[in-house]
Amino acid sequence: MADAPMNIFQVAGRAMSAQLVRMNTTASNLANAGGVATTADAAYRTMKPVFRTQFDAASGMATVNVERVVTAGEEPTKRYDPGNPMADADGNVWQNAVDETRELVDMLESARTYQNNVEVMQTAKSLIVDTLKLGR
Amino acid sequence: MAGDRLFGVHGAALAVRSQRMGLLASNIANASTPGYKAKDIDFAAALRDAEGGGIDAGIRANTKYRVPLQMSIDGNTVELSTEQTAFAENAVAYQTTLSFLNGRISTITRALKGE
Repeated sequence: MADAPMNIFQVAGRAMSAQLVRMNTTASNLANAGGVATTADAAYRTMKPVFRTQFDAASGMATVNVERVVTAGEEPTKRYDPGNPMADADGNVWQNAVDETRELVDMLESARTYQNNVEVMQTAKSLIVDTLKLGR
Repeated sequence: MAGDRLFGVHGAALAVRSQRMGLLASNIANASTPGYKAKDIDFAAALRDAEGGGIDAGIRANTKYRVPLQMSIDGNTVELSTEQTAFAENAVAYQTTLSFLNGRISTITRALKGE
């Protein structure tokens, strides 16, 4: 892909993959919301993808890649719950650090962006097909 | 080419429209990338320059960064409403250029057949 000029389908397609990675991390985060662990290290922390623009000098276009997935957000919080089977010797459990509201907003935004890219791809496809029919 | 005697300005217009579609698609693709600066082509200026010094030079000279209505905290200057409007407008204009070309082709075909 590095040598050949990028086309509009690669631009929209890669953006869709990036949004899908974002949607997957959001799903993982939401699935782990409300869970507890015995130690702070074992508790789940929010995962977020890092987006990075990839420029293509040959075509002048730019698409987006997921550079890496990082753990972000706040630290797990300690809660006193001696009746919990996951509690440590002092009777504390560590709550998974997931902000459910933020994750839901993130999910909506990535779904909308995904849809936008689908629209771009459909429009580009129909215009290219029309161009191929030129003169018929 | 821009001064093409058969198709007039429409060949160059189609090339500029196609490049602009790619650029607007790039903006929409990077709608949630921190720090991305949206770009656009000044179509009228690019077409005017393409008539004099070639299509690629005309596009390159008139690709500019977009000035956002409101800056976002992460430095991204893509405003989806602006980009979607520009993309739709550009797609319709592309289709219009295709119709002009189709009309021209059918005129010439009819002249050649002598109908």
